[in-house]
Amino acid sequence: MDGQSFEPEGRYARHLILPGIGPAGQARLGAASVLVIGAGGLGSPVLLYLAAAGVGRLGLADDDVVSLSNLQRQVLHGTARLGQGKTVSARARLADLNPEVVLETHAIRVEAETAATLVAGYDLVIDCTDNLAARHLLNRACVAAGVPLLSGAIAQWEGQIGLYAPGLGGPCYACTFPKPDHPPPAQSKGVVGALPGVVGARMALEAIKQLTGAGQGLLGRLWMIDTLWNEERLMVTHRRADCPVCRGKGEKC
Amino acid sequence: MLDIVYFAWVRERIGIPREQLETEAATVAELVTELAARDARYQAAFADPTALRVALDQDLADFAAPLAGVREVAFFPPMTGG
Repeated sequence: MDGQSFEPEGRYARHLILPGIGPAGQARLGAASVLVIGAGGLGSPVLLYLAAAGVGRLGLADDDVVSLSNLQRQVLHGTARLGQGKTVSARARLADLNPEVVLETHAIRVEAETAATLVAGYDLVIDCTDNLAARHLLNRACVAAGVPLLSGAIAQWEGQIGLYAPGLGGPCYACTFPKPDHPPPAQSKGVVGALPGVVGARMALEAIKQLTGAGQGLLGRLWMIDTLWNEERLMVTHRRADCPVCRGKGEKC
Repeated sequence: MLDIVYFAWVRERIGIPREQLETEAATVAELVTELAARDARYQAAFADPTALRVALDQDLADFAAPLAGVREVAFFPPMTGG
């Protein structure tokens, strides 16, 4: 990017002329590495927009295969790819969208043993998983490795996003959502197809802000949206000295 | 008058996204006790407070937090879907 003449219709032209990103921000995106866990509903827009934005190195982990009931919302995949691994399907689509991005695919489920190795060396980890256990596991790995964690989640018509980075002065995921005494009650798995678009695109946008340093991000904030009733809140969150994961200090960050 | 907002499965269990309430409750915990005593839906929603978070005027708080001067109480769990 640096030293090259500006091409008004080049791939990143609309970023290069944008106050808040510009050539310096675009160079930061190109030098950045991001790991996305989960290539489903939220992972679809997150991966598409981050690849399109020119994030230099994009990792993704998912052990699932593309099934027909995914396609109502997982717009990264397609009918021609039914039965294929989501990492295979994602790689093909993302490489077509932006061949400049280095893609690293891991066809694995995130477990306690693999999480630490996976997150190491990335500038940002993005949680697009579909269960609470994986969310806590990923938080532990990110706190230990000192990697900021952008965590988003959806349920039916609603969504939630927070940036967790004790090393940057904010809470970790477990400060905000301590492990409950009992498993959370089962909720219908129904989800409106456009919801992961709303929440996932917002996650991609917050990731771009975090990587470029633009504006004010979601550190110490929890964004919540109820799209059915048009309720939206930006909550202030706090570090907890009694947090069993980060002790409210982020010592290892 | 206190505004109370419910998200995710709390909303699903109680059946409404928000309501207004005149209450004598001095803390969040007292408010939860008052709500849970209403009927089976509220009782189910507040059965395990450790699964819930509460925000007072959009600031995360503990269940021991006082309600004096608070205009809005939001109850929500971690959402888990992706």
